[in-house]
Amino acid sequence: MASKATRVRAIALYKELHRLGRDYDPSYDFHGKLRRMFEKNRNLTDAEEIEQAFKFGEYIKKETLALYSLRKYRHLKRMYPSSSLSDP
Amino acid sequence: MRPSAARLLNILVPVKRAVDYAVKIRVNPQQTGIDLNVKHSMNPFDEIAVEEAVRIRERLKEAVKSIKVVTIGPPKSAETLRTALAMGADSAIHVEIPESDPSPEPLGVAKTLKALIERQKEGVDIVILGKQAIDDDAGQTGQMLAGLMGWSQATFASKVVVDAENKVANVTREIDGGLQELKCRLPVVVTTDLRLNEPRYASLPNIMKAKKKPIEKLLAADLGVDLTPRLETIKVEEPPKRVGGGKVENVDELLAKLKDAGITAIKRA
Repeated sequence: MASKATRVRAIALYKELHRLGRDYDPSYDFHGKLRRMFEKNRNLTDAEEIEQAFKFGEYIKKETLALYSLRKYRHLKRMYPSSSLSDP
Repeated sequence: MRPSAARLLNILVPVKRAVDYAVKIRVNPQQTGIDLNVKHSMNPFDEIAVEEAVRIRERLKEAVKSIKVVTIGPPKSAETLRTALAMGADSAIHVEIPESDPSPEPLGVAKTLKALIERQKEGVDIVILGKQAIDDDAGQTGQMLAGLMGWSQATFASKVVVDAENKVANVTREIDGGLQELKCRLPVVVTTDLRLNEPRYASLPNIMKAKKKPIEKLLAADLGVDLTPRLETIKVEEPPKRVGGGKVENVDELLAKLKDAGITAIKRA
């Protein structure tokens, strides 16, 4: 952990990812993986590497959000199929 | 540039705390309803409504004065309001009903909303809500509200364009057979369809900020509305279990089975 700023940022990212992981398939062990990934990177000192790690975390966050959105949309589309003849 | 509308627009978004979309619905043992001891969340169509209100403001900027969300439900419904506030609404109203009370019916909800709207000193120009709730699939509240208020209505909206200056909303509706475009004078009731937009994710910082936004608590009695149900559910039962299909070896067998089922060939003209 280089500085206070990165520490705050890392904790915020962890909290956000942890909250997202609640809706994930439990067999995947999202929380376990999350914790291990953060622990693996805890001693980074190089600013470049730290930034890379943050970028990866943000990427996982966006991917997970996209997965949830898709899952929900597909589910709702199946529940409420469009009955119109035109392409919805 | 200052908007030249005589008055700024106020948007009201009613939301419902409904059974979560991913829950497998089960009929309760008494066969009087569904098992409600399951995960609840904001009705997905109402999420789309909140998102649309926020987007309308993003497009019209200062022409929109406020986005208020309202819910009628037990104490736990406050969570749903917090989510809406985290998505971008300014303030919320919680019409609280006792935990043990049955869910209000669409007419009751419409009457409550009418009383609320009439109470708003600054008026309401657009009411936008989900087309139906995924737990009861009534699909009546928006229409009933428009009827009670004598307002224009545009249901199953797949696109909403508000012209604040001319006080008009151009709404594209999804109907059987295609799309219909309506030009509605404000005030208007709009109900949202699935394809209107993709609701934003309420991030943790926004949820924290939302804790500071005001939630006004009211009782239905304060509004002079009686939410006693007018309908009695006699029985709820699951649909018959799907009987498995069968496999056929060849086309002849298929034709034989179709014939057994009473399906005959049509003579080509």
